[in-house]
Amino acid sequence: MIELSEELLLRMYYKMNQARYFEEKLDDLVAKGQVHGTVHLAIGQEASGVMACLALEEGDLVSLSHRGHAQAIGFGLDVNLMMAECLGKYTGYCKGKGGSMHIADLENGNLGANGVVGGGFNLSCGAALTQKYHQTGKVVLCFAGDGATNEGSFHESLNLASVWKLPVVFFIENNQYGMSNPIENHMNIENISDRSEAYNMPGLTIDGNDFLDVYNTVTKALRYARAGKGPVLIEAKTYRYSGHSKSDKQVYRDKREVQEWRKKDPVLKMKEYLRENRIFTEKQILKMEEEASLSIEQAVEFAKKSPQPQLNTILEDVYA
Amino acid sequence: MKTSDMTKMTYRDAIRLGITEEMRLDRDVIFLGEDIGVYGGAFGVSKGLLEEFGEERILDTPISEGAIVGTAVGAATTGLRPVCEIMFMDFITLGLDALVNQGAKMRYMFGGQCRVPMVLRLPAGSGTGAAAQHSQSLEAWLCHVPGLKVVTPSTPAQAKGLIKAAIRDNNPVCFIEHKMLYDTVGLVPLDDEYTLEIGKTIVERPGKDVTIVAYGTTLAKAIEAAEFLDEEGIRVEILNPLTLYPMDMKPIIESVIKTGCLIVAHEAVKTGGVGGEIVARVVESEAFDYLTAPIIRLGGLDVPIPFNQELEAAAVPQRNDFVHGVYRLLNRE
Repeated sequence: MIELSEELLLRMYYKMNQARYFEEKLDDLVAKGQVHGTVHLAIGQEASGVMACLALEEGDLVSLSHRGHAQAIGFGLDVNLMMAECLGKYTGYCKGKGGSMHIADLENGNLGANGVVGGGFNLSCGAALTQKYHQTGKVVLCFAGDGATNEGSFHESLNLASVWKLPVVFFIENNQYGMSNPIENHMNIENISDRSEAYNMPGLTIDGNDFLDVYNTVTKALRYARAGKGPVLIEAKTYRYSGHSKSDKQVYRDKREVQEWRKKDPVLKMKEYLRENRIFTEKQILKMEEEASLSIEQAVEFAKKSPQPQLNTILEDVYA
Repeated sequence: MKTSDMTKMTYRDAIRLGITEEMRLDRDVIFLGEDIGVYGGAFGVSKGLLEEFGEERILDTPISEGAIVGTAVGAATTGLRPVCEIMFMDFITLGLDALVNQGAKMRYMFGGQCRVPMVLRLPAGSGTGAAAQHSQSLEAWLCHVPGLKVVTPSTPAQAKGLIKAAIRDNNPVCFIEHKMLYDTVGLVPLDDEYTLEIGKTIVERPGKDVTIVAYGTTLAKAIEAAEFLDEEGIRVEILNPLTLYPMDMKPIIESVIKTGCLIVAHEAVKTGGVGGEIVARVVESEAFDYLTAPIIRLGGLDVPIPFNQELEAAAVPQRNDFVHGVYRLLNRE
């Protein structure tokens, strides 16, 4: 069991709430027509995205999936700049050219969210190769969804990472659906982590809604990869309450199924843990929630007040 | 440049020399691909590199083109300068997501946050009798993707100068090598700072009567035709767009203004080819008013490359296609 300091627990709970509020707010802005394009929400999956990133050490890198807001918040991205990017503003991480699907912060090791399902696996191998070559001692945490593990890039990457013993942890958020397709229709195995066996690397399936399970498992996996032992595959079983994207009417699933998963809500589960173990007072818990909520309100305000990109930026940054 | 500073070598050796020099100069240059280590590469380009640079820098990969290209993109964005060999250009299909959706776009869609300094070496073209899946010239696809640069050398000196410039460039550069040029010999500068600027079209052969734009083995055929036509007093000007994308159109437009006649040529199939783009840009320019005859596009037939030798040769432009094209433009037929 890994010791968790109060300071860390506080950060964990704060970021879990921040991720939840961020996406609820984004959903609201989309509904009001204030955010255009599409967004992929991970409401219900916060423990996996946030906790996996909180297990990282300074200097480690991440590659995010298309459903990457919680991951980005866990990694420490500034919610102001994230929200500004979602609104297409010049102050956003990508100067308004990427949007929700391409939030990146290369300078700090975030290789970017990826609009192509499975697009990040190979990139993560490359980033891990750089770490190995430069002997930085850093690890790459690569996020993807269950559907992405049916892409060829998943298999090519796991094979390569294993053969070259690359310092990368593949973290699969299994939210039970590849867009509308339930997992039993698109793979004939119980656990995605079983796929690790084909590449001779450790594979673990965990409760993605349990913040401790996620944090502890990723911490151990990172330690393994950092020691030069090679890659690890983790599957975190979880669930998204929202549809795949904004156009999804969710005709493929029963509302009762969503209700069942809501009983296992990761944010509530962490709150219960904090209460049961009397780590924080009710007042402290409430304060963290309020602060997280306030940070998102401020992010929206920042984003709304921010300038649009000038039209003459359209030709900038095609080439270095 | 004095010829004493140059030495005769093959196109293959010139590419290798360029890579070797860059790897000696910059430890962040790594080289990955299938069978590039002990085997020395399918066409012998990487022969000897493993001995000099070791397994850490000469990385034999699994047969996974998607992983080769994607790994290069990830390595490039985090500080290395990877050079990749895709055994045959035809196999780029297997690595296109990493190239087109990732590598080419990352800088722009992330608001200029990163650089993607990588080179994809792509042996292309017909003439080896390897049939439909090992003979294509797919450059037009790559020239349709902003963020990529596409270069193609036609001589050993150009091969060395361009591969070095490609490795030093901070963008993904597709370096197209024609397989039938590997054994061709030419003088190559020995200076390890000799590079050819990316984005420059050059005049290979000055003339005044007809402009020909060509590259790869097709360029050699155009030169042969020009030498033949010279004896008849016809002076053909030949331009070589060493960079196919983004292309330097200025010398081409200037040449057409001078000659009033244009032939564009390549081995790649004519439909949707780079030649069509050159023609479109010429007719959009002030050169349009100087044209004295319809433009001629010589390109591969709209067929997969056939196996039979005669059929294979008939599928792509040959010397006589240029000769007849010039006659037609000058009303000599």
